[in-house]
Amino acid sequence: MSPALTTDDIIINAKIHKLFYGNFFAVRDTHLAIHHNKITAFIGPSGCGKSSVLRCLNRMNDLVRNFRVEGSVFFRSKDIYAPRVDPVAVRRHIGMVFQQPNPFAMSIFDNVAFGLRLHGMTRDLADRVELALRRAALWDEVKNKLKQSGLALSGGQQQRLCIARAIAPEPAVLLMDEPCSALDPIATGKIEELMKDLKSRYTIVIVTHNLQQASRVADMTGFLYVDTKQGGRTGYLVEYDRTEAIFQDPRDPLTRQYIAGAFG
Amino acid sequence: MSETSSSVVESPPRELPPMVYREPTLSERFFDRFFRGLTWGLAWMTVVLVVGMVVLISVDAWPTLRDSGGREFYSVVWDANRNEFGILTHIWGTLYSSLLALLLGGTLGVAVAIFIAEDFLPSKIRLFLKNLIELLAAIPSVIYGLWGIHVVIPALRAGLHYFPSLLADFSGPSMLSASLVLAIMILPTVTALSRDALESVPPRLREGAYGLGATRWETIRKIVLPTACTGILGAIILAFGRALGETMALAMLVGNSTARDNPLSFNPLLPGQTLAALLANNFPEASDPLQVGALMMAALVLLLITLVVNLFGALIIWRASAQFQGLRS
Ligand SMILES: Nc1ncnc2c1ncn2[C@@H]1O[C@H](COP(=O)(O)OP(=O)(O)OP(=O)(O)O)[C@@H](O)[C@H]1O
Ligand SMILES: [Mg+2]
Repeated sequence: MSPALTTDDIIINAKIHKLFYGNFFAVRDTHLAIHHNKITAFIGPSGCGKSSVLRCLNRMNDLVRNFRVEGSVFFRSKDIYAPRVDPVAVRRHIGMVFQQPNPFAMSIFDNVAFGLRLHGMTRDLADRVELALRRAALWDEVKNKLKQSGLALSGGQQQRLCIARAIAPEPAVLLMDEPCSALDPIATGKIEELMKDLKSRYTIVIVTHNLQQASRVADMTGFLYVDTKQGGRTGYLVEYDRTEAIFQDPRDPLTRQYIAGAFG
Repeated sequence: MSETSSSVVESPPRELPPMVYREPTLSERFFDRFFRGLTWGLAWMTVVLVVGMVVLISVDAWPTLRDSGGREFYSVVWDANRNEFGILTHIWGTLYSSLLALLLGGTLGVAVAIFIAEDFLPSKIRLFLKNLIELLAAIPSVIYGLWGIHVVIPALRAGLHYFPSLLADFSGPSMLSASLVLAIMILPTVTALSRDALESVPPRLREGAYGLGATRWETIRKIVLPTACTGILGAIILAFGRALGETMALAMLVGNSTARDNPLSFNPLLPGQTLAALLANNFPEASDPLQVGALMMAALVLLLITLVVNLFGALIIWRASAQFQGLRS
């Protein structure tokens, strides 16, 4: 049993009542609190809205035309969906790592320095880049070729480069949307180790299709589901609890079915 | 669906399943070979055509070149009565008007491409703008020339009223009028090809930049444009090739000065001349073999410049798409 979680260490408090893409009602009634310096995982069948909910947490969904959300997402004490909030500033504090590694077409060094330069954190630039690469467990593999293109790395290395790039400007929260789905088991193992190391400094929210992965790394797990009975294809949060509770003693029969089915 | 699958289950197949591998029939083989041969033939024919053109023009130009020792290339005087056929002013005018047009049309074209490609506008307006600009490519050159004479030149003259010292130089048909119209003419090329380059930047790179807290313009400036720059450069070079060879509108607008008064001037308000306009204006009446030879030389120079520029542009675009192969993975 992990130590009891108190409401004091809640860093993000999301209350998503309704989430739309144009006329399509994608997610409903998803309320959850993300705890500081913990790893939170979202699991659930394809299309249930895991990515949509994750992208609400740093307003990445603003980039989608016709996207609309009813509800609130409090980051610390501020609602990031309140009027006059700058989504660009939100993303500065809540970083993101994507499913496909997406290094920029520039050198390894410049990739990691990109966010730092963007936010004017250029003092001790080289030290900060090194620190980020060390924390992303990539330093030893690239320290002699920092000037080489980031595209020349292997898939797993590219994903760690993207993690280094995301953590370099010291965000408070790191969102990861299926960060290992394009990687082999060894690279996946490395990233999982890395997440456990990183959680002492960053709060991590991860979407994964891999239930073992969720049970291995996550402290908290949320299960989302689409119920086709309601007519639409609207997903919602079925259950959200400590990972052990979700995997060993789920309260909702749907969660039990999903966990059991996936474990065979 | 379900009906067919259940019938398959109920009645076991009586014949052998169709073979996965089948030899092509005789007629298929014939057509395959025929079309492969045809495309090969046509591809080689274009090469032969271009080489043949260069050779034929060279043969016609050779006597003049031999007699004069290449004087045409550094003489600025074209005077058929004195058998003086200098084409340096025309070469200069061709390059200068094209570069000026490129500066204006290239900047505008890339800017428009950014606005079309980068999701600034509602998709309906975007589509309208895109089609409008592509329509520009369908307007005949002579219409551009008329538009230049009746709209652009008067507008320029009106504008220059506020600068009396400049107005004194302005002669109506001039490098500036020609380049302005030329800039509009190359706009579709620049815009369409730059838009292709911008749109082929993988979306996940943009997402990566936004995810790091970049604004839209920071994303465009630091990620999208650098990634697309090779393709945009190719677009600009191909537009340059198009500007170099443009004839009709330029013949109408460039002034066709006799150049004795203002050879090789940087002043865009003065009239000038270009190789293509020289050919269009003089070829129909040329009878003297010396003059025909000189015109052939001008044609050869023009052909070689445009060939080199277009090859270069195509090469850069090809390299740009090769670079993206790695990015898309
Ligand atoms: N940009 C978009 N425009 C329109 N509909 C979208 C968009 N993004 C997602 N959707 C729809 O919203 C629903 C939820 O999608 P989402 O990507 O959040 O699911 P997911 O749980 O992440 O699925 P997966 O596990 O396959 O990634 C889906 O039905 C999807 O079709
Ligand atoms: Mg997803």
